[in-house]
Amino acid sequence: MGNELLKLEGIEKSFPGVKALDGVNLTVTAGRVMALVGENGAGKSTLMKVLTGIYKRDAGTMSYLGEKVTFKGPAQSQKAGISIIHQELNLLPELSIAENIFLGREQVGSLGNILWSRMYTEADALLKRLGISRSSKTRLGELGIGEQQMVEIAKALSFESRVIIMDEPTDALTDTETQALFTVINELRDAGYGVVYISHRLKEIFDICDDVTILRDGKFIAEMPVAELTEETMIELMVGRKLEEQYPRIAVAKGNVQLKTDSLSADGVNEVCLEVCEGEIVGVAGLMGAGRTELMKAIFGANPVTGGCISINGKKVHISTPKDALEAGIAFISEDRKADGLILGLSVKENMTLAALKHFSHAAGQVYHAKERDAVNQYIETFNIKTPSRKQAVGNLSGGNQQKVAIAKGLMTRPKILILDEPTRGVDVGAKKEIYQLINTFKKEGMSIILVSSDMPEILGMSDRIVVMHEGRISGEFTAAEADQETIMACAVGKTR
Amino acid sequence: MTIQKKSLSTRLIEQKTLIALLAMILVVSLLNPNFFTTGNILNILRQTAVNAVIAVGMTMVILTAGIDLSVGSILALCGAIGASLIAAELPVAVAVGTSLAAGAIVGGVTGIIIAKGKVQAFIATLVAMTLVRGLTLVYTDGRPISTGFTDVADSFAVIGTGYLFGVPVPVWIMAVTFLAAWYLLNHTRLGRYIYALGGNETATRLSGINVDRIKIYVYAISGVLSALAGLIVTSRLSSAQPTAGAGYELDAIAAVVLGGTSLMGGKGTIIGTLLGALIIGFLNNALNLLDVSSYYQMIAKALVILLAVLIDTKSK
Repeated sequence: MGNELLKLEGIEKSFPGVKALDGVNLTVTAGRVMALVGENGAGKSTLMKVLTGIYKRDAGTMSYLGEKVTFKGPAQSQKAGISIIHQELNLLPELSIAENIFLGREQVGSLGNILWSRMYTEADALLKRLGISRSSKTRLGELGIGEQQMVEIAKALSFESRVIIMDEPTDALTDTETQALFTVINELRDAGYGVVYISHRLKEIFDICDDVTILRDGKFIAEMPVAELTEETMIELMVGRKLEEQYPRIAVAKGNVQLKTDSLSADGVNEVCLEVCEGEIVGVAGLMGAGRTELMKAIFGANPVTGGCISINGKKVHISTPKDALEAGIAFISEDRKADGLILGLSVKENMTLAALKHFSHAAGQVYHAKERDAVNQYIETFNIKTPSRKQAVGNLSGGNQQKVAIAKGLMTRPKILILDEPTRGVDVGAKKEIYQLINTFKKEGMSIILVSSDMPEILGMSDRIVVMHEGRISGEFTAAEADQETIMACAVGKTR
Repeated sequence: MTIQKKSLSTRLIEQKTLIALLAMILVVSLLNPNFFTTGNILNILRQTAVNAVIAVGMTMVILTAGIDLSVGSILALCGAIGASLIAAELPVAVAVGTSLAAGAIVGGVTGIIIAKGKVQAFIATLVAMTLVRGLTLVYTDGRPISTGFTDVADSFAVIGTGYLFGVPVPVWIMAVTFLAAWYLLNHTRLGRYIYALGGNETATRLSGINVDRIKIYVYAISGVLSALAGLIVTSRLSSAQPTAGAGYELDAIAAVVLGGTSLMGGKGTIIGTLLGALIIGFLNNALNLLDVSSYYQMIAKALVILLAVLIDTKSK
């Protein structure tokens, strides 16, 4: 193998009561892409925080470019040449691309004046290198997520980084953007950078990575070339057990039409007619910006409806606020659980019952704590939510468990119609499976389920019927049997059927 | 695992305020034997009552990630309304009821402006502070309103000067206010929604909760409690000063912050606010007993608040 840039050996890190890392190794080699995989809570983020010095390691050694090092914080590790591109981008939308790239490192003249032209020239060169056809004077906010991520990469390159770590980079990207990112990663590899690629999407790991390091419960499980693994064996190593069928579809007799939208229009939604029956899962596919979330928010009363109508069980309903929707029996689990779904500072209990607190309190307002506690404990158990207690702040849980709390919160309102927007985004393999099983349980109980997802296998594996959206309209509709990835994609890019 | 650590550390933070309070009491009682006497403690509690009652409303407002600068002005206006009704020899219940209702209306209207008009709480309550102070000056013509020397005035005076079971009435009012607020925040839907709103407004709205109504409620509650504080002050002095309550918003905010409530909203306890108000009360009294000039008192008070808040931020 080539020359090692970064080597972590025997890293240990404990928090009170829990050993987060126990003898973890990670090697980054110039000109190779190393995947770092593991379920949520396996220790990936902790390892990154130890690496950049946010956490102090308890034991183990770290060598960078052949020298033993300990970084005191991200500023120091970045300066040394290790850049991390986080899932949540650290960019300022109101500044230009160039200002973002050189933030805090603006080149100044003798009077303290910023040398704008030099900054723009250098930024433009970086953008060109990454194949972005934008002027570096463009306001960052005008860029899509994919391009913004490229700006982060440009920023990393401007630091003359040797090691670039990407944490779930494709989570918010469309397929085209993902392909563009892969092209850039390939170029970085060829240019001799060491890349660490953290992802839940195993397919991508096989597409782009050379080696893989697998963690499980804070322990180092394996480091090997990706070519020696299959998707199944990798999952086995990650979860430590065999996972059966990933999408456990079940057959349920379809009931009456429960939810119907008639030429529904809203901001970003154009005359959508959608029907969902009892005991049916309708998948909604489409590219980002196709109006899927907007449609769901309009149905849920979170975005104003500008035309058409919604009926439930054949009766027209008037929904103008989320409150109306919940009362009509619609629950909505947002794709953005941190912004729209959960209150991170509050406990598991308080989050779960927030929308349904009326069921746990006297009409005058007094909360029945015992009743609430029993219900919450029951949900924690049936949803298999890993939390030390119902009093734990939701923000301290892993992504998968947060998502389960968000779903539990929706279910507490006893909905007839459940809208799930990207329910498994940022959720690890094991928890995904559990969420699918939960969705199936709801289906069996006769609930009408709308599943919005960008994860094609998920849509194909779970839905009874698939609706594809393009530019705010429905551009195709398929039964589970007739749908496949290619036809869905064709509709998603606008070929109507 | 983390849950025990978490609750222990929050418990420690709460205790830290308590420890600071106890340490202060200990030190000052060693320096001045008159400090730790029943008489003086009750005196301090009575003096604290006005700020503490306002701070209860302020806690709820701040928990929703808002702020209320209008409390001092509402105190003055509602005190003046109360005083003029007593002077007109209307029954005490009518005077108190009208005064509290006025506080609720002023607070509620401010809340409506914030919730429906989407005006920032700081601006809206700054406007209310100035406007209501102006109204008070117009209403009183800039002069104090005496409650007079009638039987009604005597019974009204009980609110600020009376005793019940040897404890001053304002202390009882303070105790009842805190109990009620504690119950509201911990055992009712509204309380839960107040925390939720401060933690994440969008998520709260998407949970089917009428967040506008919650905002209006908390500012109305803050208005009522400011009026209540105004009645205590007016009753104690047997007259309403048009300039009463100026700067009280800052003492109330200080008490809330000392009590560990986050200005970002969503986090904090009413017990913390009680301790915060007591620290400020005890500090004022101790500095008086130690013969510190009132100029230095302000400096000392500011430094103590800064220190307390710094310790609090460090430990998080």
